Parts: sequence; structure tokens; C-alpha cells
Amino acid sequence: MRPLWGLIGDCSLEPTSGDRRKIIPIVAAADDSAELVSLYAAQQKIHPRSVSGFFSQWRWALVIFTQLVFYGLPWLEWGQRQAVLFDLGARRFFIFGLVLYPQDFIYLTGLLVISALALFLFTAVAGRLWCGYACPQTVYTEIFLWIEHHIEGDRQARIRLDGAPMSLEKIVKRSFKHIVWLTLSVWTGYTFVGYFSPIRDLGMEFLTTQMGGWEIFWVLFYGFATYGNAGFMREQVCKYMCPYARFQSAMFDKDTLIVTYDEARGDPRGSRSRKADPAALGLGSCVDCSLCVQVCPTGIDIRKGLQYECIGCGACVDVCDTVMDKMNYPRGLIRYSTQNAVSNQWGRPEIMQRVFRPRTILYGVVLLALTVGLMASLVLRTPLKVDIVRDRAALSRIVSGGKLENVYRLQIMNATEKEQTYVIQATGLEGIEVASEQQVVIEPAQSRWVPVRLQIPYGAVPPGSHTVYFAVGEAGGGAHVSEKSVFLVPR
Amino acid sequence: MSDFKSNFWSVYVAAVTLGGILACLLLLWIASRKKVAATADNTTGHVWDEDLREMNNPLPLWWVGLFIITVVFGLGYLTFYPGLGDFAGKLGWSTANEYEKEVAKANKELEPLYARFTSLSVEDVAKDPQAKAIGERLFMNNCAQCHGSDARGSKGFPNLTDGDWLHGGTPEKITETITGGRIGNMPPMAAAVGTADDVKNVANYVLSLSGSPHDSLRASLGKAKFGACAACHGADGKGNQALGSANLTDDIWLHGYGEAAIINMINNGKTNQMPAQAEKLTAAQIHVLASYVWGMSNLAPAAAAK
Repeated sequence: MRPLWGLIGDCSLEPTSGDRRKIIPIVAAADDSAELVSLYAAQQKIHPRSVSGFFSQWRWALVIFTQLVFYGLPWLEWGQRQAVLFDLGARRFFIFGLVLYPQDFIYLTGLLVISALALFLFTAVAGRLWCGYACPQTVYTEIFLWIEHHIEGDRQARIRLDGAPMSLEKIVKRSFKHIVWLTLSVWTGYTFVGYFSPIRDLGMEFLTTQMGGWEIFWVLFYGFATYGNAGFMREQVCKYMCPYARFQSAMFDKDTLIVTYDEARGDPRGSRSRKADPAALGLGSCVDCSLCVQVCPTGIDIRKGLQYECIGCGACVDVCDTVMDKMNYPRGLIRYSTQNAVSNQWGRPEIMQRVFRPRTILYGVVLLALTVGLMASLVLRTPLKVDIVRDRAALSRIVSGGKLENVYRLQIMNATEKEQTYVIQATGLEGIEVASEQQVVIEPAQSRWVPVRLQIPYGAVPPGSHTVYFAVGEAGGGAHVSEKSVFLVPR
Repeated sequence: MSDFKSNFWSVYVAAVTLGGILACLLLLWIASRKKVAATADNTTGHVWDEDLREMNNPLPLWWVGLFIITVVFGLGYLTFYPGLGDFAGKLGWSTANEYEKEVAKANKELEPLYARFTSLSVEDVAKDPQAKAIGERLFMNNCAQCHGSDARGSKGFPNLTDGDWLHGGTPEKITETITGGRIGNMPPMAAAVGTADDVKNVANYVLSLSGSPHDSLRASLGKAKFGACAACHGADGKGNQALGSANLTDDIWLHGYGEAAIINMINNGKTNQMPAQAEKLTAAQIHVLASYVWGMSNLAPAAAAK
């Protein structure tokens, strides 16, 4: 085996005898149809035709659901406050009954890991469900397209309007569309900021022109991103920017449900009369109406097979089914199926059977375990946190009464929304006691630094560092935590 | 300001930065003129390893636009902000300036707040909860390093909560201490006291002053020798705040408790210094801080030491 650096050194040299390297020739395919194209391509505007059907209904149901959650959540009240509020300034995160501190960041980590695993699982089972039905990029594109459809008309009308010279009608339609888009975008930005800054006060501040600079910035920035991404960038985001789009395909296997065109049944394609017998004409089921291309939000032809641009929305499935119905052919020329099912002519039972395969079971089990773990940890969590900082100035001191004293600062964090009285106790050394105030009162959802002095009788323990434990708990039982620290005894 | 003796690195950095930007533009320009062959099936026609073909994946034009925006932004940034070697930028922006501005802005915002306190006496400020919170933060940042976060000090660093004052505990004296600092000096007294045995006797006498456990025989012998100490600590051992000499009768032992610690002090003396804070803190801040310190021994209910 020759070392690698030998190869590098040899690269530019003629191969010597006995030196057997693999030469990889770059062969230009002999093809007269080849034409010279630029390395840069202008964006082709896609005007997806509107579609209705089973998957389209699902898509709209999810659009409505996700947007009700997004636009509605910040308006819900919980007691005296906003139900969901991420107060970055005060570093408190309220989610319904929960009060989270930055120290609870692990829950966010857990949530993200769960989301990632859920993405793995859904992708392995049924492809890019996330992209097609739930991703904000697709959802907002869908909403913006709906607006566009109702103002400018469907695909043909929009293409015509695009090509038409400037006219009063065009100006009116275009301006109206952009005004509606911009209104929705700003409202989206406003809602987004409402998660971080109380949304009801925000409205008042806006009306009295007292909104903070950063709040205005984020409303406009998020609004601009919505307007730009959903109105103009659309499928370009999925095709060129989105990392998910690329790595989701890596989670496919031959038993993953994807949008497929049944080539064996459809080809050869060709138009024909409804009454004609395709077999007699030597044609497959595909009437080559190109509707599947027209409805595609990313502008691809699904009949070319699985492509990375396909976001798995199922629009082509819906539209092809309507065509098949009209032709009185069986549905499902384009359908959700797996690569194995298409090549082996499997039906639904075989496909369903293979949903349970090692990788999906593994994803499912880990996902379930993590979800249960996170939930349990949230339910069982102590609404009280204690951080201990030993005083850095006074290592140890002798005080009257022959006692040895150490000083600590305890940050006590009340994660409930009630005022709490906490009792501070110490254990771990013989005769140890809390010499400072043993009870502290902390306001709802506040934290406080409390100086605490611990004393032991002089000479009770040998010099050195000794482990002690602070026990802090709600007066009268309830939440309590125990934290470790050290007690220093000088020589 | 450059940390280097010559401007070589400045020129080097500027050249690399500008060269990089120009290279990006050049690359964009070259690539825009380059044409590749694409066949009907949207491949470039190149084949590797028998059947591995290269797809024709042109970069979207808006992406090229982003590159150009980045270049324009970069050049604009380098014009207005520091980045091009030593060049400070047209705006004269610097982190130090930003800091100064922020401090000035914060001080300006705090002015009315402090103005309210400076018009009040230390006694009244000490009762104000807002002033107390500010005072606590000032104390934590400037005093707790020596006096401890609970202000109860440590060996060599006075306890500020016990009502025992070396230099006086009136509001004026506390303000004076914080402003100008203090130097406490006890000279080595062994020679003046006498023999080592005499020193031990005096130490026991000192212990007896506060009723601490001591050898009463030695204490009675030491009493005669205490005259050497009385010059500063007074004949009754109660100290003198004008000199900063400690009260030896109150059972508070700043430099250590017990015979050995006292003998050590008599033999070696000690110079103890508190640095002046006037340069770090404004007069208004010192006023609030003095109120906080004064309040600790005069307002707080004397915490029963257990």
C-alpha cells in the first residue's frame, strides 16, 4: 500500500512502469442536441394552477390549523398574563402554567431533538410531509397564492396578466394584491413579535406611537421576510436555500411513500378521445394533459420520477385523479406509493406492512421515549431553583461564640406564580447551622440573591474543605431542592 | 491605534481584504461569460466512471444578485467602519466610543434618580428601598471583594454591620472613608512592651478587657505594661476613632482572635489599607453607597448572632 502523499507527489508525472493508477477520463457525450447555456439561470415564474381534491383538503386543513395556532396563541390569556410569552428582557418564558427560566434551556433542546426525530420518522414513512403540509414556507406560499388567485384569477389569467402591457386594470389588480400581501405580512410580523412582547400592549403602543425601535424592526423584518419569501421567492427557497430539502431525501428508502407516476401504466402517453380504447391506440393511461405540471408549486414534471424539487404536496395526485375520473379510468396514475410497491405491483396491504420496518420502529421508539421523558420531567419538575456561589472574599472567619463562619450567596428562583416563603437549612457537618435569616420571601416568578452564613463550632472538624448541603424548600412542605457546596475550615 | 511598530500588517490586511473582494467580483464576471453545453436531458454531457453524469445546475440569477449586494455592502462597510487595516472608517466608529456613549447615556438617565438621593440626608436615603437596591449593587461591585458579599468582612477586613467603627460610623465619616480610603497602622510594639513574656502578659490583659477567656495572673501582670499601648488604644483600651485605633474591649477581633493572634500583632504590627473610591465612583454614587453602609448597622434589626 502506497502512502497517500506519494500519490499527491506523483500526480503531475507520467505514470511509471508498475505504477497502476486509475485514470478517470472525462468523456463528453456525443450529442448534437447539446446547446451552450449560461452558468446562471433566471428564475422562471411559476403560476401553479389551483387544485381541489383529497390532499388539497388536507393541505388546507393544516394551513388553517397551523395559522390558527400561530395567529391565535399570543392572544390567549392565562390568569393575569399572556398565556404564551417569551419575555427575553426579563428572561422568563411563560407557556400556559409553566414558568421557565433560562436554566430550563434543556427543555428547548429536548423539544428540538424531538422535532428532529419526528421529522426523521415522518420522512421515512411518507416522504416530505413536513414540506408539503406544515412548513411555514409552503403554508405562507399557499396563503399568498390563494390571495393571488382571488385577485388576479387562476393560472391562465395570471400568465396573461404577466404578459399584458401596463394598463389600469393591471395596475389596480397588482396594487390590490400587494396591499393585501403587505397587510398580511405586517400582521404576521406583529404576531411574531407578540410572542416576545405582550401583544395587547404592543397594539396600544403602536396606536400611541410608543412602540420600541427593536419591536418595530422585528415587525417589519419578519413581515418583509414573509412578503418576500411567500410572494416572490416561493419554491426558490425550497430548491436553493433549504437544507432540509436536501437531507430529507437522504432519509428515503425504497419503502418510503412518495408521490409517484406509474410509468408502466401511463406510458406511452398521448391524447385521445374519451371513447377511444387506449389499448387499441397503443397508448397508456396518461393523456398527456400536462395538468400535473401546471398545478405543481415547484414547476416540475412528476412523470420524470422522484426529483429533489418535489415537496410531496400531492397537488398532482389530486389533479390527475380528476382527469382519470373524467376519462373513466381508475384513479391513481399518480399516487402516493413506494418505489418497491411500484416495481413489484404491490397494493395497500403490502405498503402498510412495510411502514413498520427497523428504521421507523427505531425512530418511533426513540421519539416516544424522549417525548415521554420530556413530559415526565416537565410534570415532575420542581418549581424552585437554587444556585450557590461561595463568597469569594471571605474564605472563612471566626466569629464570637467560638464559631467558624462561611458565607454563601444563594440565588433562589421562584418558578411559581405565587409569592413563596422558603426555608433555608444546611446539613453535612456536625453542629452546622444557618446563622442568617432562615426564611426568605420571594415574589412570584422572581429570583433573588440571598446572603447566607453558615456556622459550625470552632474545632468541630479538621481543617480543610468539607462538603455541605443546602436544603431549600417551601415553608410548610412542597417543592424543595438540595444543593451541594463546600465549607472551608482554616488551619 | 496600531499595536505594531510598522504599518506592514495594516497594509497586508487591507490588501488581502480588497484583493478578496476583487477576486469575488472577477470570479462572478468570468463565470457570467462562461457557457457550458447542456443536452436535452439537462446534463452537461460529462461522464465519469462509466455512467456517472453531471447535471446542469445553473445558479439562480437572484443568488448572483445577492453576491453583488454582499460585495457592495462589504465595500460600503469598509468605507464607513474600521476594517481596512488601520483605516478608522469615515464614521469614526469604535467600540471604545460606543462604550463611552453608553456610559454617558446611562449616567444621564440615572442623573434624576441620583439627584433625588443627593438632596436627601444619608439617614433618609438609607430608608429608600430603591436606593438600597442601588447601594447593594454598588457594594457588590466595589466593596464585596474585601468586605464580603454580606458586608461582614473577614480577617483583616472590617465587618460593616456590627456597629463597631475604627474611623467612625457617622454618615460623614463613612462618606469620608469611602471617598478617601483609610490607612490603619499599628507599629511593632514588642520592644516598647518588653520581653516575650511581657508581650504574652499584655496579650492576656487585652483578652481580659473584653471578658474573653484569659490567664488572670498574666493579665494582672500585663496591665502595667499596657501603658505602651494606651497611647493609641487609650488607657481603658477603648481605642480612638480619630486615630483609627481599635477598641479592644468589644470582643471584635479584626486581625484574629486569641492569644497567639494578639501576640503576633504586638510583635509585628500591621498596616491595613482601604483604597480610595473617589476616582471610581461619582459623589452621588458614594452618597448612596454610604447610606447603604450606614443603614446596615443603624437600620437593620440587629440580627441575633447565634
